[in-house]
Amino acid sequence: MRVIVVGAGEVGSSIAASLADEHEVVVVDVDGDLVEALTYDLDVLAIEGDGAAIETLREAGLEASDLLIAVTDDDETNIVSCGTAKTLTDVTTIARVRNTKFLDTWNNAEGALGVDVMVGTNLLTARKIASMIGLPAARDVDTFADGTIQMAEFELAADSPVAGQTVAEADRFEDLTFAAILCPDEDGTCEEIVIPRGDTTLSAGDEVVVIGTDEAVTAFSHAVAPDDDYHDVLIVGGSSIGYQTAKLLEERGVRPRVIERDPERAQFLADSLPGTTVLEADATDRDFLERENIDAVDVVVTTLESDERNLLAGLLAKRLGADRAIAVVEDRSYVDLFETVGIDVAVQPREVAAEEITRFTREQHAENVAIIGSDRAEVIEVEIEDESIFDGRPIREVAADLPDGVVVGAITRDGEFVRPRGDTIVEPGDHVVVFVEAAVLDETLAKL
Amino acid sequence: MTGYVRVDWRASLALTGRVLLYLAVPLSIPLVTAFIYGEGWIPFLVTIAVTAVAGFALTQLDEEHDLGAREGFLMVAATWLAVALVGAIPYLLAEHGTASTLTWPHVPNALFESMSGFTTTGATVMGQIGVEHHSHALLLWRQLTQWLGGMGIVVLAVAILPELSVGGAQLMDAEAPGPGIEKLTPRIAETARVLWIAYFAFTVAEMALLYGLHLVGFAPGMTLFNAISHGLTTLPTGGFSPEAYSIEAFSAAVQWVIIPFMVVAGTNFALFWGVIRGDPLALVRDEEFRFYTGVIATLTAVVTVVLFVGPSLPGSAGLAGAEESLRHGLFQTVSIVTTTGYASIDFNDWTSTAQYLLLFGMFLGGSAGSTGGAIKMVRWLVIAKSIKRELFTTVHPEAVKPVRLGGRALDESAVRGIHSFTLLYIALFFLGVVVLMLDAGRVGMGLPVLDGLSAVAATIGNVGPGFGVVGPMENYELFPWSSKLLMVFLMWIGRLEIFPVLVLLTRAYWRS
Repeated sequence: MRVIVVGAGEVGSSIAASLADEHEVVVVDVDGDLVEALTYDLDVLAIEGDGAAIETLREAGLEASDLLIAVTDDDETNIVSCGTAKTLTDVTTIARVRNTKFLDTWNNAEGALGVDVMVGTNLLTARKIASMIGLPAARDVDTFADGTIQMAEFELAADSPVAGQTVAEADRFEDLTFAAILCPDEDGTCEEIVIPRGDTTLSAGDEVVVIGTDEAVTAFSHAVAPDDDYHDVLIVGGSSIGYQTAKLLEERGVRPRVIERDPERAQFLADSLPGTTVLEADATDRDFLERENIDAVDVVVTTLESDERNLLAGLLAKRLGADRAIAVVEDRSYVDLFETVGIDVAVQPREVAAEEITRFTREQHAENVAIIGSDRAEVIEVEIEDESIFDGRPIREVAADLPDGVVVGAITRDGEFVRPRGDTIVEPGDHVVVFVEAAVLDETLAKL
Repeated sequence: MTGYVRVDWRASLALTGRVLLYLAVPLSIPLVTAFIYGEGWIPFLVTIAVTAVAGFALTQLDEEHDLGAREGFLMVAATWLAVALVGAIPYLLAEHGTASTLTWPHVPNALFESMSGFTTTGATVMGQIGVEHHSHALLLWRQLTQWLGGMGIVVLAVAILPELSVGGAQLMDAEAPGPGIEKLTPRIAETARVLWIAYFAFTVAEMALLYGLHLVGFAPGMTLFNAISHGLTTLPTGGFSPEAYSIEAFSAAVQWVIIPFMVVAGTNFALFWGVIRGDPLALVRDEEFRFYTGVIATLTAVVTVVLFVGPSLPGSAGLAGAEESLRHGLFQTVSIVTTTGYASIDFNDWTSTAQYLLLFGMFLGGSAGSTGGAIKMVRWLVIAKSIKRELFTTVHPEAVKPVRLGGRALDESAVRGIHSFTLLYIALFFLGVVVLMLDAGRVGMGLPVLDGLSAVAATIGNVGPGFGVVGPMENYELFPWSSKLLMVFLMWIGRLEIFPVLVLLTRAYWRS
């Protein structure tokens, strides 16, 4: 397959990198320096030019391409790129947008604006934050099989009752699979991935990846951190992500508070979020935060426009007594740093977008993808077809044929959860959620 | 274990080992030739064994081929040195010929011949050339080294070794002539393959044409062996010939046929990709190609007139004299400008005016992305344009005027890079002349200035023959061994365009 990626920024280059092994990739960007860097870093053709201009797309070989992915930092450019491409040929187009107004238009009439798939970064990020607020102690959450199955990554705190138990002791939930344990080293990066057995001991600091039903994952979350329950949520920054997060929390019955400095924006938020208390103030104002009883806040979410301000606001709130801080981070290189200095979870919108787009580019019928531990592993959802290794065989046999580093996490049949046991037989049409280490990903995908 | 060294030299050398292993394949061609002609085949069997063992030993240094930019420079420089070293073995061992023994003075000789081959220079230390003095197998190996070096050994490695897909662009950049590389296709391996296929196709076409001329009776001396041999050294702008009198040994028809193939060899091969894909105007649209053909036409016209009116070609007059002047003027201009180095006539007998014109041509070089050496047309074009800009901004100091190439504005850093390359090239040229003169004086060898200038220009520019003692029908054998090693170095850095080798000599490369 030949793929054109418009935009060589963080999202574009990470998508290009993940596609370059199997597909012919052409990357287009207006920035000559980025283009030159990519020419040498990846086995792709990088072209300098405006991806919304028809001659650039022609030069990139659009007529012979199967897929166009527009992921520049500018929504309008992305949409116009897709629209322009459609005037030339019937290529499949994917556009990344931040602004939800475009997403609303597109949801209204799929295929509008020449975009076949629109990925709304801000909304996806807000969803991710909201689901993490639903699961205290989780560092990462993704849903599969239309929401029937959840994958969550927990970090075990030293005072967690689960720390010190074996997997057999901790796994008191029938609909839950322990997929993997990531053991971090001192700087918090994942050092090794352990596929757990019953007698594997969980220790403080480990990150545990579990896959199961909503209820089972939520129940495990309470086992990990029994005292945590998020009722009092403070969102710092009424940006688009902050606004979407508040809206999603309102729908779930949580009444968040939002701090926004700009009076006009605050007015708009107050008008459109009836269940939310909007405070017009500066989130670094200590007196104000103390007045607002910040020490009673369960979780503070910082969604300001700059990474540095998000870090400061999050740290200040924690210092004043907030239990947990979730920060939005645009710059990939900050993620580990933020989590080291005291932010509990750093959410990166670009990674969220890359995750979402990667799943559309998997030819191997992967329905959904979640990236674990900075590309060390993936959790993927696959619909089983006739030629699959799973077809009509019990899981125990199939597992023996799959490489090490693969764990079958969950199965759904006709939208219902099926417990994966050794003797469970998978049928065509079932959706299987598997954890796969990056090293054996290609081998596994070929077999599924 | 590696201490302060910040370069993963093991990875670089392991990859060089891979290339050496593959070198055993083309080495089997002279081996087979030796069997066909019933000549000594032991030198080639020994070379294959040494190459394979050395290559295998190097590959054991590292299993990962994770190359960064620094490792790329080292790999390319080391590969060229390594192939030249093992390529010298047949010259040392060959039983045929005059100067082929393992005694000391012949080691620099063999290395010179081998480096001159791979870098497509075409300068020789063989006192006597021809199948009467050397085996067919050895002469064919000499031609083959040029063909392998022409489009690039590393480019060939990128085309066939899948593990080079990511670092490949970096490696090709370090090896390929001209500033920067052009990816023609998303996959770098495919780009490398396209270049090699075009190169291969032109080579076969020339062989067929030359042998065809022989069959219809227009080229008596152009036997099958000669047709193959000259096909192997025209496209790489090499210039080795198994004939002592180079192309002078053949008819005028052969000389006319070889000219367009030399022009093709000096052209950016990426342009032929456009032609293959059904856009023949890609050539004409390219500004460098227009400049390249324009320079050749102008220089040819001047040389032709000088030859026609002067005493350079005795006995030439009238229409036949005009044809002869034009043929030799064009052939020699193209041969020198593209850095091929064939001779259709002994231009040692020409007037000094004509010789200085050719000396000037030695600095021009072919196009970027061609197989030619020297400074390259695109650099001269950019320099001419930036001088023009300098003159313009002297009158209009506020003017913002980018240097444009083919309608595209060039980055200022690219312009700066071209200036510093050209300056460095010329500085190294003069330094080389000074050292060569001193070394010749040391052993009491009387070396005229023009001869010294041309010897250095012809080796650093990968041209081949110079003037006087190093003229087209002479050779480099009479230089002391130290001068020969200097010229081996000049050919090496000239082929890789200086920076990939020179950067290895800096402290910053290894330590910080």
